[in-house]
Amino acid sequence: MIETDQLTRCYGNLTAVDALSIRVEPGQVLGLLGPNGAGKSTAMRMISGFLVPTSGTARVCGHDILREPLAAKRALGYLPEGAPGYGEMTVREFLHFIQHMRRLHSEADWQRFDQVVQQLQLEEVLDSCIDTLSKGLRRRTGLAQAILHDPPVLMLDEPTDGLDPNQKHAVRQLIDVMARNRTILISTHLLEEVHALCNRVVIIARGRLLADATPAELEQQSRYHGAVSFSAPGSGMAQEMLGRLPQVAAIEVDPLDGRTTVFPKPGERILGPVQQLLREQGLEVSEIQLESGRLDEVFRHITAAGDGAAPAAGTAS
Amino acid sequence: MSPVTAVLRRELRSYFVTPVAYVFLVMFLVLSAILTFFVGDFYERGQADLQPFFSMQPWLYLILVPAVSMRMWAEEANSGTLELLLTLPVTLAQAMAGKFLAAWLFVGLALALTFPLWITVNYLGPADNGVIVAGYLGSWLMAGSFIAIGACMSALTRSQVVAFILTALACALFVLIGMPQIVDLFRGPVMGKLVKGIAHLSMLRHFAAISRGVLDVRDLLYFVLTTFGWLLAGVLLLDLKRTR
Repeated sequence: MIETDQLTRCYGNLTAVDALSIRVEPGQVLGLLGPNGAGKSTAMRMISGFLVPTSGTARVCGHDILREPLAAKRALGYLPEGAPGYGEMTVREFLHFIQHMRRLHSEADWQRFDQVVQQLQLEEVLDSCIDTLSKGLRRRTGLAQAILHDPPVLMLDEPTDGLDPNQKHAVRQLIDVMARNRTILISTHLLEEVHALCNRVVIIARGRLLADATPAELEQQSRYHGAVSFSAPGSGMAQEMLGRLPQVAAIEVDPLDGRTTVFPKPGERILGPVQQLLREQGLEVSEIQLESGRLDEVFRHITAAGDGAAPAAGTAS
Repeated sequence: MSPVTAVLRRELRSYFVTPVAYVFLVMFLVLSAILTFFVGDFYERGQADLQPFFSMQPWLYLILVPAVSMRMWAEEANSGTLELLLTLPVTLAQAMAGKFLAAWLFVGLALALTFPLWITVNYLGPADNGVIVAGYLGSWLMAGSFIAIGACMSALTRSQVVAFILTALACALFVLIGMPQIVDLFRGPVMGKLVKGIAHLSMLRHFAAISRGVLDVRDLLYFVLTTFGWLLAGVLLLDLKRTR
């Protein structure tokens, strides 16, 4: 479990993290989402014990990072931003070093070493220097380092940054597997990642918490939630009639590909009526889709509103 | 293996996988020999001892120790591994101890490799080996103090060059302050006494006594306290940087 309690960090006049209070339970994968410079990494650096908070505190598995830093660090697996590693060491030496630092010397720990190396597909580069690794391999080495001691709490700062789609998929699968009865906090600015990994999202900007919800709840805030979009050539006439449907709030046509999007009035379901009308008009519909909502739009909306004086109301989960 | 040993081993290994170790060892041995034979008048003195060798050691350390200690923390801060190291379950003091011991052992190795000088002197005449052992011990202790200064300076910055220069300056201060020529520059009732007092903090003074074979507890204590003091300052500095 991770708890932060009014966690605050100032650099001179700049407040990088502003009274952040979140609580992540076992089994949760929380995505810390925010624009660049929002304070994601600073918050993680405080929870990991690398930086000291200006005020407030955090607890990892109940261990206060200020009062019991070593116990908190033992419970935590942490991948810092950019996955730093000692360049002149080989992957094997590096991981052994981490094992020694964490006093992992039992037979089970050595089995765990083999298992982690296999999970992250590092067998072939075990004897290569970290300096010579590609960005993706470095990141995987960093991940291996973070999970060697099988920690109950895992904190990953942009875990898939710099990975190709296949590697991203592999890392996400790994996180998925690890997510059972573990507490995982990942930071990212990739919205697809939130979809793929997280069962809870916290959006921060300028160090402040702006929203705390599930990905689905966030999507519901999108004006695209429940909208129906379709492609049909020559649908000009139908558009006018669609506009007259009582459940429909607005219609937009993409000027580039001619795709029509029909927005419902709040609480209305419009897929059925739209389909019926199109059928009645005898239109050749090549494709039709019910939108669940667009996270990028919600993200922009929330973080842009956060720039103003009043913070946007976040949905509590 | 404790975290201190793990850090120590990693540091020692990192010396030897880069050319740093070999360059240092060669430089140390070559310069030791040159200073001993050409500057120190090893033969002309006609005495079978290593005084010329030991008297040059502070000057040698002045240039070479900063080269060993400069990367200690600066490199970690620069490459981002500091964040990794400090989020492992290890205290700052443990990490500092591991790094210091690695550098100290390394300089100890360099010192040990000067053994041909010791053999030479024994070949040339009856040498007082007790005095020589004391000299080596004193030299190693002094190296420890220099390294501790370097560790603290390296914690101050993420630039190895800056760490080198600061260390060399600080070490120079601790050496020069004891030289009679410097002390004599300051006269008068107040300044004179003050400088004479400060001169007692000089490495030269305490090392000179040990290298003559006089093992005074106060001299030993001086080096131990200087080392601990600077290491402690380094730890406090690193801790302070976490809050800024």
